[in-house]
Amino acid sequence: MLAVFYKEINIFFGSLIGYIVIGVFLVFSGIVVWVMQSTSVFEYKYASMESFFNLAPILFTFLIPAITMRSFSEENQQKTMELLFTKPISEWKLIFGKYFANLTLVIIAVLPTLIYYISIYQLGAPKGNIDGGAVFGSYIGLVLLAAVYVSIGLFSSSVTNNQVVAFVLTVVLVVIVQWGFYALSQLPTFWGVWDDFIQKFGIDYHYNSISKGLVDTRDIIYFLSVVAIFLVLTSYDIKAKKYK
Amino acid sequence: MSIKVNNLYKSFGDQVVLNDISFEANKSQILGFLGPNGAGKTTTMRIITGSLISDGGEVFVSGINVQDDPLEAKKKVGYLAEHNPLYGEMYVREFLGFVSDIYKISDKKNRIDEMIEKTGLTKEQNKKLKFLSKGYKQRVGLAQAMIHNPEVLILDEPTSGLDPNQLREIRTLIKEIGHDKTVIFSTHIMQEVQALCDRVIILNGGKIVADGSLSELDNYKSKNLKSVIVEFDSIIDSKMLKGIDSISNFEIITEYSFRLFGEDDKRMKREIFEFAKNNDKVLISVLSENVDIDSVFADLTR
Repeated sequence: MLAVFYKEINIFFGSLIGYIVIGVFLVFSGIVVWVMQSTSVFEYKYASMESFFNLAPILFTFLIPAITMRSFSEENQQKTMELLFTKPISEWKLIFGKYFANLTLVIIAVLPTLIYYISIYQLGAPKGNIDGGAVFGSYIGLVLLAAVYVSIGLFSSSVTNNQVVAFVLTVVLVVIVQWGFYALSQLPTFWGVWDDFIQKFGIDYHYNSISKGLVDTRDIIYFLSVVAIFLVLTSYDIKAKKYK
Repeated sequence: MSIKVNNLYKSFGDQVVLNDISFEANKSQILGFLGPNGAGKTTTMRIITGSLISDGGEVFVSGINVQDDPLEAKKKVGYLAEHNPLYGEMYVREFLGFVSDIYKISDKKNRIDEMIEKTGLTKEQNKKLKFLSKGYKQRVGLAQAMIHNPEVLILDEPTSGLDPNQLREIRTLIKEIGHDKTVIFSTHIMQEVQALCDRVIILNGGKIVADGSLSELDNYKSKNLKSVIVEFDSIIDSKMLKGIDSISNFEIITEYSFRLFGEDDKRMKREIFEFAKNNDKVLISVLSENVDIDSVFADLTR
C-alpha cells in the first residue's frame, strides 16, 4: 500500500499540473476570504473564517476532481493497470494507497489556509479574538468533506480511461450528493412529509453543522459511510476489469 | 513442476478464446508459445499471471493455485506484457524502485543496480521512461519482471519491434535466464523458437495443436508433412488446386508455381500429373522439398 501511496504523490508533484491546481485553489480561497466584497473578513467585521468554510464545498468541487481525475483513468489509459494486476498487491491495498495519497494531496493543498487563521488571529481586536475551537472543528469537517469528495473522484476515475470524463463525472456526482438531495426535497410533493428525510442523504445537511465546528458522531458516521460506498463501488469496478 | 495448467477455459462474450488448454512446464525450461494472432497466447499468459480470471480450469505456479492464493502466486511470477505498460512520467530508477517496493525487496538499491547492469540500461538509467526508445523500454520491462528473482518468467512477444542488435541481445538474455528459471515466451517468429526453445506449444483457435520438443516437431514434419513444388507453363487458378484430394494445403509462389503440402508426396505428384492432363496444362517441373518449420506451423494452424 505504501508503495502505491508514494508513487501517487511523487507522480503528482512530478508534473507541473499538480502545482498549478493547488496554486489556483489557494488564489481562489484567498480571494474569497480577503478580497471579495460579499465574503471578505474585512467587510464581515467579525474575526471568523466562516466564509471560507461555507464556500469550501464549491472550491472543493473543482479542486478535488482535478487532483483525483488521473488516479485510475491514467492507469487504464496507459494499460499500467495490467502491470499492477500482475504484482502481488490486492485491490484494496491499491485502492487505499491511491485513496490516502489523494486525500493527503488535498490536505497539502488546504494546509496553507492555516495562514488565514493566523492572520485573522493577529488582526482580531482584541488580538486573538477568534474561536479557535470552532475553527479546529471546522477543519475536521473540511477533511471529512474532502474524504467524501476524494472517494467520489476515485470512483469516477476508475470507470473511464479519459481524465476529462473523470473530472466531469466527479463534478456531476459531487453536485448531486452535495446539493442534489436538498434540491429534491424542495419539490412540492415532498413538502412537510419527506423533505427532512431526503435532505439527510445530502452532504450539505451534515456539512452545515460540522462546518460551524460542531462535530457530531452522527455526521462523522454519515461521511464515513459515503466514503465506504464509493470505495466499494470502485473495488467492484476494478475487480470487473480482471474478467475482461 | 513450475507451472501446471489444467483444462483452462475462457470466453469473451460469445467468442471462445481458450478451449481446454492443459500443459506443464518444468524448471530450467524455455517454452515457446506459438500461434497466429488471436490464438489465445496472451490470454493464457494473462491467466497464469493472475491479471485475468478464467471461466474454468486451474493454474498452479510452483504448486500454488493462482485463483486461491493470487498474491502468493504472483510473487513467483515475472511478467512482461505484450504492449509493455510503463509509467511514462517516472524515471527508470524510480520505476524500478516502485516495483521493488511492491515486492518488498530488502536490498533494493543493489538489486536495482544489478538489474540495470544485467539488462544494459546503465546509459539510460537517469531518463524518464517516456523518452526511452522501444528497445530500452523493453529492457525496463524485462528488468521489472525479473527484479524479484521469480521462479517463472512470462514474456509476451518480448522481441517484437526490436532492431537486429537488440534482438540478439534480448535473446541472449532470455537464454541466460532460462538456465535456472522457467521461461514462457510467445512469438510469431519461427527462427526465434529454433534459437531459444527447448519445447514448443502451438496454439490455434484456443486449442493446443502441438506440444513437444523441437526434435519432436521435426519428426512430425518428416512423418506427416511433405512438400512438393510444381511449376506450370501457364497461369493456373489456385482454386482449382483445392480439388486435389491429397493436397492439404498450398502456398502460391507465382501465378505459375505453387508449393503443395500433403501427407504423401508420391500420391501428390501422381495426382498433380493427372490434374495437368485433365485440365490441359503443361507441367514444367515437380520437385519434392524438405519441409521447414514455418510450413509445420502453417500446416498446424491453418
